[in-house]
Amino acid sequence: MSVATEVEPTVEELKARNKALIKEALEAYPEKTAKKREKHLGTFEEGKPDCGVKSNIKTIPGVMTIRGCAYAGSKGVVWGPIKDMVHISHGPVGCGQYSWAARRNYYIGTTGIDSFVTMQFTSDFQENDIVFGGDKKLARVIDEIQDLFPLNHGISIQSECPIGLIGDDIEAVSKQKSKEYDGKTIVPVRCEGFRGVSQSLGHHIANDSIRDFVFDRLDPTKNAFESTPYDIAIIGDYNIGGDAWSSRILLEEMGLRVIAQWSGDGSIAELEATPKAKLNVLHCYRSMNYISRHMEEKFGVPWVEYNFFGPSKIAASLREIAGHFDDRIKEGAERVIEKYQKLTDEVIARYRPRLSGKKVMLFVGGLRPRHVIGAYEDLGMDVVGTGYEFGHNDDYQRTTHYIKDGTLIYDDVTGHEFEKFVEKVQPDLVGSGIKEKYVFQKMGVPFRQMHSWDYSGPYHGYDGFAIFARDMDMAINAPVWALTKSPF
Amino acid sequence: MSQNANNVLDHFQLFRGPEYKEMFENKRKNFENPEADSEIERVREWTKTPEYREKNFARESLVVNPSKACQPLGAVFASLGFEGTLPFVHGSQGCVAYYRSHLSRHFKEPASCVSSSMTEDAAVFGGLNNMIDGLSNAASLYKPKMIAVSTTCMAEVIGDDLNAFIKNAKEKGSVAEEFDVPFAHTPAFVGSHVTGYDNMLKGILEHFWDGKAGTVPAVERVANDSINIIGGFDGYTVGNLKEIKRILDLFGIGYTILADNSDTFDTPSDGTFRMYDGGTTLQQAVDALHAKATISMQEHCTEKTLKLVEEHGQETVALNHPVGVAGTDAFLKAVSRITGVPVPAALVKERGRLVDAIADSSAHIHGKKFAIYGDPDMCLGLAGFLLELGAEPVHVLCTNARDEWKQKMDALFASSPFGANCHAYPGKDLWHMRSLLFTEPVDFLIGNTYGKYLERDTGTPLIRIGFPIFDRHHHHRYPVWGYQGGLNVLVWILDKIFDDIDKNTNVPSKTDYSFDIIR
Repeated sequence: MSVATEVEPTVEELKARNKALIKEALEAYPEKTAKKREKHLGTFEEGKPDCGVKSNIKTIPGVMTIRGCAYAGSKGVVWGPIKDMVHISHGPVGCGQYSWAARRNYYIGTTGIDSFVTMQFTSDFQENDIVFGGDKKLARVIDEIQDLFPLNHGISIQSECPIGLIGDDIEAVSKQKSKEYDGKTIVPVRCEGFRGVSQSLGHHIANDSIRDFVFDRLDPTKNAFESTPYDIAIIGDYNIGGDAWSSRILLEEMGLRVIAQWSGDGSIAELEATPKAKLNVLHCYRSMNYISRHMEEKFGVPWVEYNFFGPSKIAASLREIAGHFDDRIKEGAERVIEKYQKLTDEVIARYRPRLSGKKVMLFVGGLRPRHVIGAYEDLGMDVVGTGYEFGHNDDYQRTTHYIKDGTLIYDDVTGHEFEKFVEKVQPDLVGSGIKEKYVFQKMGVPFRQMHSWDYSGPYHGYDGFAIFARDMDMAINAPVWALTKSPF
Repeated sequence: MSQNANNVLDHFQLFRGPEYKEMFENKRKNFENPEADSEIERVREWTKTPEYREKNFARESLVVNPSKACQPLGAVFASLGFEGTLPFVHGSQGCVAYYRSHLSRHFKEPASCVSSSMTEDAAVFGGLNNMIDGLSNAASLYKPKMIAVSTTCMAEVIGDDLNAFIKNAKEKGSVAEEFDVPFAHTPAFVGSHVTGYDNMLKGILEHFWDGKAGTVPAVERVANDSINIIGGFDGYTVGNLKEIKRILDLFGIGYTILADNSDTFDTPSDGTFRMYDGGTTLQQAVDALHAKATISMQEHCTEKTLKLVEEHGQETVALNHPVGVAGTDAFLKAVSRITGVPVPAALVKERGRLVDAIADSSAHIHGKKFAIYGDPDMCLGLAGFLLELGAEPVHVLCTNARDEWKQKMDALFASSPFGANCHAYPGKDLWHMRSLLFTEPVDFLIGNTYGKYLERDTGTPLIRIGFPIFDRHHHHRYPVWGYQGGLNVLVWILDKIFDDIDKNTNVPSKTDYSFDIIR
């Protein structure tokens, strides 16, 4: 890995190196594919409005993409964490099985009784259901859920690939059953895995289904919600390892009242109350900008993006959020920043000397390819390459505020490209997912999973930053990396 | 604030601090519209009752916490057992992300596999172009010796024809005409991952034996004295197949392990990522046709494959994931009978050691009641071992089994006095098991990682044996087959029993008179 005595290359040298290694990586592809992939790879040029790469385009067959599907975006990301609803993986058994409890969306509740996040409910399609349609089965599934899990507060139907292909009418079944069960929230979601090019469309479809089947069916007479001037909702935090909790505590400490969490440790009541918020604070822009925009248009709730990774961004975000409120909250933000200053200083004093100058390459989804950069920089680390699994151009535009001139950019990276890039750039740490983890560890490169926090976390907020710093140190400075080279 | 730079608190400590506890309570009370605690308690108690069990078992359509995955997972697993082979799944790409994650989470190893990334246009027009481009890209990038194609349910529902598509792709020059692209249709809505394993392995053998989809003459069988071994879908493949090889090397006979992924899922960390490592060579796959017989370690993973093997003139033997003395005896007898080589003395001695270990510890297991769930063959193998130990496998549950499996289980129960009160539950899931554990409690539960939810809810201590095991590391490196494997399983069971006794006898001045130093 990078040696301390090495002379740091200039930005121009970096750019030339990136160009050469992109060229080299592309040589392995058939010509037609190389031309397509070329548009997804590049180097950030300071001053440009985006990262100079194409994104949100169909993955090329056979290249070993890291991407998932629309079902993963809806069930796995947006809907799955809503704890008091039962989410049916509607179709064959696999999708629900592989995603069962895998995302670490923490919640508090009695599982199987009033909470259902870490359970796998499926209609387990058989050949007959494909041939004759699955609507009748779905109706029975809903009845049986009502029978056996009477404290559920709603049901969502997460469509797997066959549903859209065999022409099932899950909307009709949902409507009928909702009527039968006194207007119960039953949400049909058309998140079949073949839709769109990645998880991303699944987020959008899931957002739209909240609009259509939660918001549009709100009964204003039923909801006796008492507002305060300080009501906000956390949007786009999935509470992985408790992220939303270590965020919520800061917002509450500064004097705000968090009325909803979307969707980590969330409940249907919280979703329903959100249009009453004074401000929506949006962490994962990619997966929940749609519903935030909708609430702004329809209910006049403004939204603001924030970043709770690392003390620099946390402080800036607290001030930005406070800027939407009166002095009481502004003072609250300063008080919170002050309160955690000692912890922050101690974390940095302890870990920065061990991590300073270390190079990081990222490849993640959602907000992380940009949002975590500040946290690394707080520890003196340098993100030299980054890319999005399913980002759009607006993500790459936002990324320009985070990255340095000459950063290597790779959109929807393939297994081949990622391996080549890491081999040449020789970072001290790679942050990506489970499918990548062992590839790079075999190569002797320290690695942290930056989807699941490698089963650690939270990483959000000041409490989370301490864990983040400790984890990065643990990964990079583990003695095992000195053992990978055999003495024989 | 409880977080501390010098003693960083993890999630399991951090959120127990008073500031977080208060926050949780307020969130719940003010915003979640929670059910009353008394109501939650009432329903929780109700789910433990025989009435609830009856309702639960009356389910016809809803499946809750099943213990099975879908066909392509098994197909990918089998494909990874051949030299230089890249599994290629035709259909939606998200599925492949799931198989790779699932296998990596269990084995803590990379799992390479590509998808043809079909999207809406392919749903309308078919995935031929995806196959053409996909094979070409995969072959150029990852330089496999073979690409083994299976399908997701999307491709199956729209009716893509793999044979025609692969031919077409070869004509278009995606890969050379002679490049090996065996295939299997693996619809997720039929069977489970064990079916997918069967279909893919059959597809690969058919490809090599029967003229590579009509492109070359079929191979003429010239019988020899070798035997083939098929492991089946197995979370212990790394330990098990290595143990099988050690055993067969002791016999000194010629053999081929088909779909040998024991190296694929066990590569070293030495600075190099090996996308391919070890595996059954393609030539071995061809030559396997000439073997005298094929032994399947897992009958339910190889129903169609063994039929194919029989049709080609070989004897077949189907075992049920043999664990323990009698199971291993049966395996060794089969090997010895087929090859005419007596069981080596070294193995006889190993047998004696396993029996010795059982004799040493039997008192702690005898009469204990167990629940088991898992794949059909593993259930049979583990239940057989428990009977041998004098334990009672009271509930044996298998989501991906049919009635025929129940008959086998019943016959096994009938073979031992310890099976008298034991029942087999085919096609049931872990929510059924929850009712069983509440209404007919047992001492220990054997199952995969998901069993921890049952352990939490019912208090039944879980012994982790099965697939997937995500929350404990490296057990897949140990065999559960052979006398050595039996010893491993025995130790895992005993460790849990002793831990449980210690846990129940460690309150000072209350229960710790039994906190014995010698057990």
